[in-house]
Amino acid sequence: MRVKLTVQKFNPEQDPKPYDRDYFVEAGREMTLLTALLKIKAETDGTLTFRASCRAAICGSCLMQVNGSQKLACKTSIYEEMEHHGRIAIGPMANMPVIKDMVVRMDPFWEKVRGVTPYLLSKGERPVPTEELKDLHEKLHNADGCILCGACLSACTSYDVSPGFLGPAALAKAYRFQADPRDEQHLARLEQLQKPNGIWDCVRCNFCVQVCPKDVKPMEQIIRLRRLSIDAGFTHSVEAKHITEFTKVVGHEGRLNETLLPIRMTWGNLRKMIRIIPLGIKMFFHGKTPFPFKRVPGSDAVRAIFKYRGKAK
Amino acid sequence: MKYAYYPGCAAKGAAPELHQSVTKVVDRLGIEVVELAAFNCCGAGVITEADPDLAYMLNARTLATAEKLNLNVMTVCGTCQGVLGGANRVLQRDEALRARINKALQETTGLEYYGTVEVKHLQWILVKDFGVEALSKFITRPLSDLSIAPFYGCYILRPSDATGFDDWENPTSLEKLIRAVGAQPVEYDGRTKCCGFPVLLEKDQIALSMVGKHVGEAKQKGGDAMVTPCPLCHMSLDIYQERAEKKLQKEEGSGIKLDMPILHLPQLLGLAMGLSPEELGMKRHLVPTAPLIEKIE
Repeated sequence: MRVKLTVQKFNPEQDPKPYDRDYFVEAGREMTLLTALLKIKAETDGTLTFRASCRAAICGSCLMQVNGSQKLACKTSIYEEMEHHGRIAIGPMANMPVIKDMVVRMDPFWEKVRGVTPYLLSKGERPVPTEELKDLHEKLHNADGCILCGACLSACTSYDVSPGFLGPAALAKAYRFQADPRDEQHLARLEQLQKPNGIWDCVRCNFCVQVCPKDVKPMEQIIRLRRLSIDAGFTHSVEAKHITEFTKVVGHEGRLNETLLPIRMTWGNLRKMIRIIPLGIKMFFHGKTPFPFKRVPGSDAVRAIFKYRGKAK
Repeated sequence: MKYAYYPGCAAKGAAPELHQSVTKVVDRLGIEVVELAAFNCCGAGVITEADPDLAYMLNARTLATAEKLNLNVMTVCGTCQGVLGGANRVLQRDEALRARINKALQETTGLEYYGTVEVKHLQWILVKDFGVEALSKFITRPLSDLSIAPFYGCYILRPSDATGFDDWENPTSLEKLIRAVGAQPVEYDGRTKCCGFPVLLEKDQIALSMVGKHVGEAKQKGGDAMVTPCPLCHMSLDIYQERAEKKLQKEEGSGIKLDMPILHLPQLLGLAMGLSPEELGMKRHLVPTAPLIEKIE
């Protein structure tokens, strides 16, 4: 079939702003977007600029925006994309400064990855017995599968409004070393991640899980880091209390109580408390503050479940 | 058409207008619901951060209760849909996990989940089971003068292998319902993005930026109101809108006004079905809905 590709072109040195150009290719069922782009570059427009190397979803170079989502061109089928969207519109990956057409500056991404010390910290004085490394693959939960393509950061809704956030790929990398028994700096690493722009800035929107071409599920690695942090005793922040107090409230009441949780989360943090009180009063006058000590049906069963898990842990 | 209705904590807590409007709308449409009166929290993706098995047990209890009634579950909260529906998918697929959870569930509550229940959000029930055409027969007050911005929220769309109803890249169900009530859906980028609710208390600057960005964009594209299938998005977009506006004014100029009424999905439907704003609990919102109501009437 003859397919139209609408490509966002932009050369900041020449063009006042990005513009769209249409290209046409004859595409068979097997054609990938990358093959189509290489064909266009060879036959129609030599100025069309994009990164690509392995053509097999290993090198992570050809990430771009395809019909509004972040995808590797080499892993994207023209046929499926047409079936799905009825059109093909591509541009540079979102949230990154454009150098030309689909080529973006990846420095912000590399800075973040570097920020988590992405290598094993070990003096090698205490060799880890092979036995302990047997289930390493399972422990890493595919966090080592990352090809550093940048899809997750580009799609990250928290990074979109808060560019300081370390972001999904870097934090998945942080988990990768946290889960490795050979690393000797687990506690120091966790402490570092408690800071602003660390693990607690993730909003759990699932975009990174969705766009990752290697199924690394970065958000789930961030959740593992949060769990490890709480287990390691980093429990005093409002962020950690969101988890511990939420769980306690549900364990006691059976349900979440939106009046109780903010009080318990911010207890002892005057600045935060002062910030929520005016809203609490407004909510009260709109009938939006549930009575904090209402016994709800079913709470006995929930308490039994919590008791069981408490013992199991 | 009969479902086990799982209200979720918000509809029974800080967003009582959601429960109120759901009840009115399903009643009007003749969809029979049995409320799971002794329901527990789905965990909202938070309890699993503390203890995944605990979250599975809580959700297995809900699913087993519905299974005993021989009914599928109707949710009215995007987050409940994602979390309870997601837990259901895992419990259905992973037999070893289900056996482990069932053993614990039986010991504590005497219940067991066999994996036969489906979890569906009201939005999906209306589009798929009830049908948009059937719904349009109940529209007595078409909202033809209104442009409504759909705000899906995260968990009703992503991760798609756990939800699997709408196309996560290009969802259409909310737009279908907006057209069914006679209004015009607003096209804007923010419709599938995040409202920031999960970090509202601890990282309010992130959440407020999100609220300001999406509401601002919807406003700029001509939206008269926003509609959402998630009460947590509603809290973020409604309760924190004034603060988001102030932040936006500080950063981008004092002329910016948001004033965007945020509707729960059943409220939008109810208005078009001729239900009164009082019946739909519209006065409980923090952003006044009166100007919108005036426009309709």
